[in-house]
Amino acid sequence: MKPADALSILGVRALRTLRGLGHSAYFFGELLRSVPAALRRFHLVVAQIHAIGNYSLIIIVASGLAVGFVLGLQGYYTLSRYGAAESLGLLVALSLVRELGPVVTGLLFAGRAGTSLTAEIGLMKAGEQLAAMEMMAIDPKQRVLAPRFIGGLVAMPLLAAMFSAVGIFGGYIVGVQMIGIDPGQFWSQMQNGVDVFDDVGNGMVKSAVFGVACTFVALYQGFEAEATPEGVAQATTRTVVISSLAVLLLDFVLTAVMFSTPR
Amino acid sequence: MSSDAFIQIDQVTFGYDQRVILSEVSVTFPRGKVVAIMGGSGCGKTTLLRLIGGMISPQKGSITFDGEVVNARNKERLYALRRRLGMLFQFGALFTDLTVFENVAFPLREHTDLPESMIRDIVLLKLHAVGLRGAAQLRIAEVSGGMARRIALARAIALDPELIMYDEPFAGLDPISMGVTANLIRRLNDATGATSLIVSHDVRECFLICDHAYLISAGRIVAHGTPKELQSSDDPDVRQFIRGEPDGPVPFHYPARPIAEDFGLRA
Repeated sequence: MKPADALSILGVRALRTLRGLGHSAYFFGELLRSVPAALRRFHLVVAQIHAIGNYSLIIIVASGLAVGFVLGLQGYYTLSRYGAAESLGLLVALSLVRELGPVVTGLLFAGRAGTSLTAEIGLMKAGEQLAAMEMMAIDPKQRVLAPRFIGGLVAMPLLAAMFSAVGIFGGYIVGVQMIGIDPGQFWSQMQNGVDVFDDVGNGMVKSAVFGVACTFVALYQGFEAEATPEGVAQATTRTVVISSLAVLLLDFVLTAVMFSTPR
Repeated sequence: MSSDAFIQIDQVTFGYDQRVILSEVSVTFPRGKVVAIMGGSGCGKTTLLRLIGGMISPQKGSITFDGEVVNARNKERLYALRRRLGMLFQFGALFTDLTVFENVAFPLREHTDLPESMIRDIVLLKLHAVGLRGAAQLRIAEVSGGMARRIALARAIALDPELIMYDEPFAGLDPISMGVTANLIRRLNDATGATSLIVSHDVRECFLICDHAYLISAGRIVAHGTPKELQSSDDPDVRQFIRGEPDGPVPFHYPARPIAEDFGLRA
């Protein structure tokens, strides 16, 4: 291959990537503009919050419990070396509400609710349902996408809160019930060390951001999917890959902004 | 053509990249008539419907809908026009998460503030018109292809449109469903005074119900006239299409290298 060819291939790829980014940014703007119209159809939004939340509830609770168990065990082994086993409650709670709750919920959400959103929208497109709506003078962004967007945005922080709560309960079972840490210490250290705004609040903000990112990626991939079985399959895969990466990268950025200066 | 043109397509050219799909096509759809656009698969028939609905824009030429130029860029005007038309998609495009009743009620709920009791009456009337009042509570997964087409038709006429566009309404239907659909198209057109536009390659069914037909081949109008005129035409394009001859102006073989070359033969 001549260097000129390589350069032109690089140029084509760069242009395609840029065009894709621009297109998705435009789509995001359109989606935001459709939100007020979707809020006027409030029953659709409620139905989506219910559907998206319910899709993921069991996996969130089960994972939260498992993560809580592991945190309880690992935390105890490490803390007991320094004679600080009583701080287990604090360690479990902070790890969950600041990091693990929002991030793991985001990743699970991408795999569970995100894929089903992409597949649903992609298949609606393949079945010409979106085109039919357009021809009825009904904007599918307002009728189909925006309610799901709001649903994801609301459901994600709720799911993350559920994850953290169940996780803390898991840590309690392992730490207090099984290992035998003093329950008073477990809860009071947690109470003293976890701040409502700095820790719980920031965790909620994180999960709201992840909610926007994951739902947007899922809807965009579904809406732009090629209207064939392979096209929908590829879009679903892309949803998981892009959402997961987005959650992890955004988490780093948000953590740097929120928790970089010790208080 | 006549001043009573409901849809006027004027010198329209459309294509993707290098591929031209329609070139300088002019068609007139008179008010209150059933007009068929016929042609082989991939000849640009459905593209014509999408152009009229403003889903795509022509590269050249213009489309006029009851005196107003269809402009896909002005969403507000476009949506106002679309409210006056109903479109039947090839496979119905029904909303699979809703029941039959809710599918037909969908445009009514979205575009009107009618009370529930009135929506119920209108939906049942429309379903009755297509013979499916009894199927109102079925889920879409439970209905056959022919029924889906009729439900989609009931949905398309829910708001009493002035123009009804049918994209391949007969494709994949059994003979009974085909006859039922053809009959419905004609009856609905006459009862509501709407203008109907059928895109199809089913010659027999189209000729039974249409007032006028256009034949498209390779992106151009090759012939048009009443069914009778077309049937007695000597034009080779028309004859091949109407009689379904495998070879003719539309060749049987996709363009290829000479056969001897492909099989390594020597002449």
